[in-house]
Amino acid sequence: MNIHYEFPLEEAGYAFGFLDEYAKKEVRRTILKAICIPGYQTPYASREMPMGRGFGTGGLQLTLSLIGTNDTLKVIDQGSDDSVNAVNMRQFVQLTCPGVEVTEKLEEATLIQSRHRIPEIALTETQVLVLQVPYPDPLVVVESSEARRKIMHAEADYSRLLVKLYEDIVHFNEITISHRYPTRINRHYVIDPSPIPRWDVPKLNQSPALILFGAGREKKIYAVPPYTVAEPLVFDDLPFRVEDFRDEHGQRRACTRCGATNSFLDEYSDDNNIKIYQCSDSAYCDGQLAQHQQREGKA
Amino acid sequence: MSYVAIKGGKAAIDGAAAVTEFLRGRDDSGEPLNLSAIECQLRLLTSRVVSEGGLYHPRLASLAIKQFQGDTLEAAFALRAYRSTKPRLLATPVQNSTNMRCIRRISSAFKDIPGGQMLGPNYDFTLRLLRFDLADEDPNEFRSIARKFLGALPEADLPDSFPKVLDALRAEGLLPPVAESRNEPFDITREPLVFPVPRSAALATMARAETGSLLAMAYSNMRGYGDVHPTVAELRVGYIPVMVPHPVTGEPMEAGEVLVTECEVVAMYESGKADCLPTFTLGYGACFGHNEVKAISMAILDRSLQKGMQDGPENPSEDPEFVLLHVDGVDSMGFASHYKMPHYVTFQSDMDRLRTTQGKARAADQASQMEVV
Amino acid sequence: MSNRILEVCGLSRIYGSGCPLCVESTGPENDTNICPHCGSVVAVHGVSFDLFRGEILGIIGESGSGKSSTVKMLYFDDTPTAGEAVFFDNGERHELFRQNAAQQRSLRNKRFGMVYQNPHLGLNFQVSAGGNIAERLLMSDLAHYGEIRRRAQELLLRTEVLPERMDQNPKTFSGGMQQRVQIAKALVTRPPLLFLDEVTTGLDLSVQAAILDLILEIQQELNTAMIVVTHDLGVIRLLAGRTLVMKHGRVVEAGLTDQILEDPQHAYTQRLVASSL
Repeated sequence: MNIHYEFPLEEAGYAFGFLDEYAKKEVRRTILKAICIPGYQTPYASREMPMGRGFGTGGLQLTLSLIGTNDTLKVIDQGSDDSVNAVNMRQFVQLTCPGVEVTEKLEEATLIQSRHRIPEIALTETQVLVLQVPYPDPLVVVESSEARRKIMHAEADYSRLLVKLYEDIVHFNEITISHRYPTRINRHYVIDPSPIPRWDVPKLNQSPALILFGAGREKKIYAVPPYTVAEPLVFDDLPFRVEDFRDEHGQRRACTRCGATNSFLDEYSDDNNIKIYQCSDSAYCDGQLAQHQQREGKA
Repeated sequence: MSYVAIKGGKAAIDGAAAVTEFLRGRDDSGEPLNLSAIECQLRLLTSRVVSEGGLYHPRLASLAIKQFQGDTLEAAFALRAYRSTKPRLLATPVQNSTNMRCIRRISSAFKDIPGGQMLGPNYDFTLRLLRFDLADEDPNEFRSIARKFLGALPEADLPDSFPKVLDALRAEGLLPPVAESRNEPFDITREPLVFPVPRSAALATMARAETGSLLAMAYSNMRGYGDVHPTVAELRVGYIPVMVPHPVTGEPMEAGEVLVTECEVVAMYESGKADCLPTFTLGYGACFGHNEVKAISMAILDRSLQKGMQDGPENPSEDPEFVLLHVDGVDSMGFASHYKMPHYVTFQSDMDRLRTTQGKARAADQASQMEVV
Repeated sequence: MSNRILEVCGLSRIYGSGCPLCVESTGPENDTNICPHCGSVVAVHGVSFDLFRGEILGIIGESGSGKSSTVKMLYFDDTPTAGEAVFFDNGERHELFRQNAAQQRSLRNKRFGMVYQNPHLGLNFQVSAGGNIAERLLMSDLAHYGEIRRRAQELLLRTEVLPERMDQNPKTFSGGMQQRVQIAKALVTRPPLLFLDEVTTGLDLSVQAAILDLILEIQQELNTAMIVVTHDLGVIRLLAGRTLVMKHGRVVEAGLTDQILEDPQHAYTQRLVASSL
């Protein structure tokens, strides 16, 4: 035991961006490789972060490696800026990256870290979206060995994944994959687009913004570069379908709060057991509401 | 407002932190835990955390144990996260464990071994009867324990190093010759595992693996899902000097020492390669701290994985991917915990699929009934 | 243009470390395929033959003769220790053992078919019979669900699998039915070359006869070249125009099947023919 050991001072304990510079450099190099090979799961060392594996450590490493004091960061989880995990992440970045602005407004953000959603409003060329990924490999459902999966990816052999879809249609008359819908990037690699709903998958295609995927626990980074083809894996004669928000009369449900009929809705029951539908993207919902109020004010 | 937290996440986090802290501070004794007490009196707990944390820093480990209220997974995790902030400045040359300052050294292969068996600290032959006298220990008596022990210690001239048991077996030709590895050891903190991985990557992964996970995998092999049938040639616990090159002269110098547990098992023999005679096979385990079960488990798994890498895995414990990707405590506990996070969006999407599928099935059902009518 | 589809030359496979004496100390004359000097198994040695478009070649021998090993190497299930094989396809020459793994898999998936004795090797028991056939079509880049269903239905109908069983798991099928599904799966991409490894072994005699008839009919319809591996002279007699007789890893006799059956030259073949009469 070293009785003379002195603990580091609180503020001296952690550098800007938490990770040491070598680690950030490695992540940035990996990002470059991932952009060069769209959809390829690029392995990297992945450091331990002070939050649980599975809580977004991959996304966080991307964010911390990219962020600078001229950036404005938005963090969302389940579409919301204020969900517990988003708050936690945002606080951590504020703590370790002094000088970085944070925002809830999409248009102000240069860097957006998200879990399970892509914002409703289209991103721009000046923005980077970082998605947190629990399972990077879409082939894991049909092949458990990573060594064999690597070969299948290299040869763009996704026949076994398609057989799974075939079987779904045979048994359920419908593809049962709800989220994490396998998506082919630049006509070669199929990615797991992270647990975004099918609603968000079309937003990957030809996106003006760079979209980065970080899987911390599985130690992989991959990318959909700007203006890249992203196609959900389907059969030629069966179209891809997003979530259906029509009620029993075929009417599109509206957000109970802002009235939007063009957003992904969260469904839950209130205390009287009445179904409530509300925009999952809370910033979008706020924006819609503000517009209504403005219009009503004028009227 | 309902369960869906549109606002209030921050308040909830702060509240949770406060109540967690409250549970620690509720202790009627009024005495905050002293780090030295954790490091010494709970030395095996500290050992486990330095080993799984992959950072030899017993004092920080004690702090982590205190901060996370005794959760070894969380404490090891905090050490790892702390380690992420530190650059890798240099690598030590290969450390020779013959130079270990042993506190314990046994072999189950031989009745006596060159240098002698040395039982040292362990619970193997103590009866697991609760010592009720420890419940209310007199501080003065407690303070005299170490003094009395040291006072009664005979003036023994313990050697600085002990020969390895395996060296004798090797000299007899019962073991394969040591393969000279020219490769740099694989650094799992700087390179991801891409299979197939070298043995050094497997050893490094297991050295900081979660003890229970490693034990479970090794136990499956011991019980019959595998056939290592090990004999512990040598298990030693002690301090190994850490040599680092001097920043100016480059000469090796001692920077300190680390407590290490090391285990070498001898397993069933296999036919020799090319013109060689058949020999026993070996398994090696080593980790920071005093963790005997972990070192033994690791040695068994090292052997089973070598077999799997050579002949193809026949059991889970022989499959490098299966073992190495599932023994890390930080990874596995993190992922198990993440299921507690909100999954509203994905569950919404799941409900959509099920409802659509049910709808189609219902429609098909009605259509077939119409036909019958 | 030659009608040749496959040219095999000096194909050999030794399991074990091998030694300079392996070849000379094994074979029919030594009545073993295990080298007494090093213990290696000389499974196949120096097998050469040609195969022509639309031809059925039989390989007959007892277990351990190397007949299955020969076919497994040509289908890339195993790697030869020596020898060459050239596959002629649409005017292209493919040197089978000089191709990289990806090229080999591509040939295997698209241009070759294989029916194993053990249906577990040829079928995926996690998916339906139709799904098994779909997998082969999807590998060859057909991604039209309706078309896949149509082709699978057509093939299953042709191999006499009841249509209502198409969406069931082949786990629940009889042995003969499983072999029919395997045949359908192997043929759905219309490969010019098909390997059949003891496909009727272990089936009831009546089922055997039906499956052999089916193979013959399909061969005549599609003009598929086939290599049929069996220990059963009856199968050879019915299917193969030409036959190789193998023992202890060597070809001991080769020629027209009728000639071999009527006038066997090698002592082993003579015994074989005599025992089946």
